[in-house]
Amino acid sequence: MTLPMTRRGFIVITAGVGTGLVLGAYAYRTGWLKRLFSKSDPAADFSPATWIRIGKDGSVTITVAKSEMGQGIRTALPMIVAEELDADWASVRVEQALADVKYGSMSTGGSTSVRTSWEKLRKAGAAARAMLLTAAAQRWNVPPSECRTEYGTVVHSPTGRILQYGELAEEAASFPVPQNPPLKNPAEFRIIGRRIPRTDTPDKVDGHAAFGIDSRVEGMFFASVARCPVFGGTVASYDDSKARTMPGVYRIVQIDRGIAVAAKTTWQSFEARDALTVKWNDGPSASLTSRDISTMLATFATKEGAVAETRGDVEHALSGAAKRLSATFEVPFLAHATMEPMNCTAHVRKDSCEIWVPTQNAQAVQRTAAALTGLPLEQVIVHTTLLGGGFGRRSETDFVEEAVQTSRAIGAPVQVVWTREDDLQHDFYRPVSLHKLSAGLDAGGRPVAFTHRVVAPSIGAQNAPDRYTNGLDRGSVEGATEMPYDIPNVLIDYVMAQTPVPIGYWRSVFPSQTVFALESFIDELAHAAGADAFEFRRSMMDSSPKMKRVLELAADKAGWGTPPPRGKFRGIAFSPPAFFHTPVAQVAEVSVGRDGAIRVHRVVSAIDCGIAVNPTGVEAQMESGIAYGMTAALKGKITIDRGRVVQSNFDDYPLLTIGEMPAIETHIVPSTDPPTGTGEPGLPAVAPAIANAVFAATGKRLRTLPLSL
Amino acid sequence: MASLSLTVNGEKKTLDVDPDTPLLWVLRDHLEMTGTKFGCGRGLCGSCVVLSDDAPIRSCITPVGLVNGKSILTIEGLSSTRDHPVQKAWISEEVPQCGYCQSGQIMSAVALLKRVPHPTDAEINQAMGDVLCRCGTYQRIRRAIHQAAEAGGGQ
Ligand code: FES
Ligand code: FES
Repeated sequence: MTLPMTRRGFIVITAGVGTGLVLGAYAYRTGWLKRLFSKSDPAADFSPATWIRIGKDGSVTITVAKSEMGQGIRTALPMIVAEELDADWASVRVEQALADVKYGSMSTGGSTSVRTSWEKLRKAGAAARAMLLTAAAQRWNVPPSECRTEYGTVVHSPTGRILQYGELAEEAASFPVPQNPPLKNPAEFRIIGRRIPRTDTPDKVDGHAAFGIDSRVEGMFFASVARCPVFGGTVASYDDSKARTMPGVYRIVQIDRGIAVAAKTTWQSFEARDALTVKWNDGPSASLTSRDISTMLATFATKEGAVAETRGDVEHALSGAAKRLSATFEVPFLAHATMEPMNCTAHVRKDSCEIWVPTQNAQAVQRTAAALTGLPLEQVIVHTTLLGGGFGRRSETDFVEEAVQTSRAIGAPVQVVWTREDDLQHDFYRPVSLHKLSAGLDAGGRPVAFTHRVVAPSIGAQNAPDRYTNGLDRGSVEGATEMPYDIPNVLIDYVMAQTPVPIGYWRSVFPSQTVFALESFIDELAHAAGADAFEFRRSMMDSSPKMKRVLELAADKAGWGTPPPRGKFRGIAFSPPAFFHTPVAQVAEVSVGRDGAIRVHRVVSAIDCGIAVNPTGVEAQMESGIAYGMTAALKGKITIDRGRVVQSNFDDYPLLTIGEMPAIETHIVPSTDPPTGTGEPGLPAVAPAIANAVFAATGKRLRTLPLSL
Repeated sequence: MASLSLTVNGEKKTLDVDPDTPLLWVLRDHLEMTGTKFGCGRGLCGSCVVLSDDAPIRSCITPVGLVNGKSILTIEGLSSTRDHPVQKAWISEEVPQCGYCQSGQIMSAVALLKRVPHPTDAEINQAMGDVLCRCGTYQRIRRAIHQAAEAGGGQ
């Protein structure tokens, strides 16, 4: 076998701790990846040494540079490496990467991890495999073409001789890294596509799984921070004379975001924080209410929008249409409510800073701490712990800033722990939005014109106002643009409506709003056209065969067109590929009680996510996305009063419960295409599928979330 | 401060701690047993469920003074080899996602099976109805409870 050997990696051999030798230790520097979801740079970091260590005992340690927040990434990514490495899965160990630029972007969000790691991890595994194979061939003095690899060994085919990877690692490490190692044909996969059990399950059933909040460091304190309840408010003055005398209290310090109380135990820090008297400068938002915000959205809806997508002549087509419809939809702010409250453990010393944190973006944590302490990046060590949920909340670094500033001020390691009240009242919320849609049908009931105006605050403009001076945030219209339907005249536009409420990424943030409006409205059009909701959609999908197949699969598996069980009604909705590149169609089976209670009994989904790296993982993500989407569809609402969040805990911000969980069936379209995202696409279609089923049951259109009759 | 004594996972512990301190924080911060989780602090989510003389209690709202002399079972004490029938069922159904709520889910399921060895779906909804999982692992929890019941998890 001849391989192009271009870039000679600085492969070095390091003695591993008790595990024999380490295959390489070269770090390609990729430079800062500024964007939150940067494109992967496969050329930059496929070096096997970055991802793989092979011990003398044959153990294969695979480094995972993305954060495990429940999506099974500590299983899916190692599977990809192990596949191309031809490792024996039983010998694979998984290790979490420390923050380092050498991994490329470690940001974990947008359902991007598998999609953007796919190529570089395959190449890393394949390169290491090629090096091991070459090492064996040299040892035997035979042509590499006579050798093959399987289950962590190299086999000399003609003679049946076998060498374990562990016996070859040292030699292999001295070879140059092949630049373009051959990759397997999907038909040859024996790990990818299998239902491999998650690597993190055992520790999650016996209490050993270590989340951020479980970090324990010698000499640490626990801190609780009093923050201004009003958005944008600051500390005017505070009196800590009582708090200081409380048991266990060590120090009370002012930091950027409020007053931090450090004590010996978490409980003592909570109690002492409650004993503080703080005078706040509430600032300009002190009287803000949700009603003000709704009024603003409605007013802004009449402004001129920034055009996001246009084709044909909408105005002309509308005026010539046989039937015209319009409707307005609105969705509220939502909190993430990860089960593990925000927390961060930091130890700032004079010349270094060490952090243990459940984060979706270890590199952003590192940059944040470096900026706050003035330390060079290399002196900031960031350990990504397990995350007790992420959903976008842990892409932020506010809790990191609090821990770093507190540790620095008190001169000791500290764990800042948020209460649930802190969590719900100081989130970066899923934005509110208002959607105005209109459409024209021709005499045959076919849509000839379609408009969707999104009125919403922009996350992008909140974080970087100068990048959005033209008033268009393409993120905010994601899911509204690139509709899967063939409609000749279309106008999608956007009106930016900033508010003082902090907003951020949230599981399928934009499609969770746009698709609710779009797919509810499409249902209204179908009804107006006297057409079946499934057939109506399907008839407009001729130019998107892949999406059409997904819609058909869901309808078929759900028994669309057959009578539903007594008392139950069906609704269908489609979630376009959007940022995650993954189309999903869902059918919800719903009943409505005499008291108006909406019950969801069954949700059937079809998904085309390319190759399903781990089908069990894909199914779990669909279940999870649907449950998260159902909480948003039926319960979730953050309201603002007097400039602050009204809700405070799970009594007024309820989550879906086990008794409300429908039977969920997931059907994966078989595919040999590269894998796409699965963490989020299960969510957007849920609310419109339920709303459409409610219409089927009651004849009522619900155009506001959460749905309520 | 008072001297309290309780048995945790079969081990006798003597503590000098304010009896008003919630059991949760005694476990996590005094005894350094972090398997029991903090989710809401108000008895609303069930992440902190432990067993006190076989009954499920919410340790975040249980002052430690109230369980003085009692026998507490936490997730760490269920089995050192992960072979309690509930753990085995949890592994085979691949229940956990992020895993944060799972100590509370598992301990609540253990308590349920002790009381009702073969629970119906309705009994599961009743007993587990306020043990929240933000990752939506409920379908698997239900299957795992039935599986553990079959395996005699109530004994
Ligand atoms: S932490 Fe105890 S019930 Fe939520
Ligand atoms: S597994 Fe994440 S909250 Fe239940």
